Amino acid sequence: MHELALTESLVGIVVEEARRQHVTRVSAVVLEIGAIGQVEPESLRFCFDAVTRGTIAEGARLDIVTVPGAGWCLDCSKTVTLAERFGACPMCGRHHVQMTAGDELRIREMEVT
Amino acid sequence: MCTVCGCGTATVEAGTGAGGEAQGHEHPHEHPHDHSHAHDHDHSHDDDHYPHDHADHGHSHDHGHHHADHGHDHVHRGEAIDFGAGLAGVHVAGLDQHRIVRIERDILSKNAAFARANRARLTARGIFTLNLVSSPGSGKTSLLVRTILDLKPRFPLAVIEGDQQTSNDAERIRATGVPALQVNTGKGCHLDAHMVGHALDTLDPRPASLLFIENVGNLVCPAAFDLGETHKVVVLSVTEGEDKPLKYPDMFAAADLMLLNKSDLLPYVDFDVTACMANALRVNPRLQILTVSARTGEGLQAFYAWIEAHAAKAVASTP
Repeated sequence: MHELALTESLVGIVVEEARRQHVTRVSAVVLEIGAIGQVEPESLRFCFDAVTRGTIAEGARLDIVTVPGAGWCLDCSKTVTLAERFGACPMCGRHHVQMTAGDELRIREMEVT
Repeated sequence: MCTVCGCGTATVEAGTGAGGEAQGHEHPHEHPHDHSHAHDHDHSHDDDHYPHDHADHGHSHDHGHHHADHGHDHVHRGEAIDFGAGLAGVHVAGLDQHRIVRIERDILSKNAAFARANRARLTARGIFTLNLVSSPGSGKTSLLVRTILDLKPRFPLAVIEGDQQTSNDAERIRATGVPALQVNTGKGCHLDAHMVGHALDTLDPRPASLLFIENVGNLVCPAAFDLGETHKVVVLSVTEGEDKPLKYPDMFAAADLMLLNKSDLLPYVDFDVTACMANALRVNPRLQILTVSARTGEGLQAFYAWIEAHAAKAVASTP
């Protein structure tokens, strides 16, 4: 979906942080992206190269750590794995599941020189 | 991961992960840096070499250590210049020093900050804000025009119109005599909180007014961007499929109210209202649903009652 806007926000945060830390170059950025979240990692990568051009993060490697989906099933009273967003509980097949992981969209860290 | 040689495994989709931790692997190589620390000095770490916390490293000075044993937590050290905080955890002469800077911020945190500012500003002035979201053509603007005409005698009103291009919608709203501001997102597929902040500067809605933000017609992106509104209202029309809440669940999960619009067309279309509501409630059990027609006015009194009740509640809960 709006990966370009997300990438602009991502690069904005990275550049801001790099400036604050008096860094000369950002060589890698590590993201945590939920497996059943709202972003398409490939699209993010594509945008990342374009958006970082001309910034301190130009040419930086983008590492994406995938966070698997999980949820709390109200009927089973336990944490279950979720293969799809708003999916059913794999134990009981019902949809009374609150997503607890897999929706992440976080910048974990960056590697700088 | 061994950060000197880059060996090791991490669950990273591409590239070797800088953030990955060693997973109990054996180094297949000899460490090239034969630490010739003269370790007979008496570790008085108060001297002026850069902070290098030996305690974290668990250095037993026989150097039989494995790099994975380093509790790589020097990255938390923030601002300090720490030559021991390189990827290798040690300073190796001639080896390029990389440093890891922890960020731990949500990508949407910038938008969230703008949204918080908008919300604070709106609630301070007692402005009740609805963010109207839907796919293109669900009848948001017609619904809004009708609502404005009906509510104008009861509330001061203002409208922010989001579209990629044209100011057609703002013109339709202005024709009702209510101030409206068009925000063109250009290539953007949604309004964000920053744009709305600027719109508020210009529009400057009156205190205690009712502000409608008509988002860009798109059932996907606007769900992720908080604008600082009081409630998101999703509009779905009966000419769309009843499975839309399942196909685009995020929008229905993010909304507090769903308006099922164009009910006057129900006799002419194959649309299962009950199935649609069940689908919407499956992704959002708290969702309230009203069936309305902007054309005939059916169900709109219930919508206005909902607005009045929730506006009163918003005012009451403002400290």
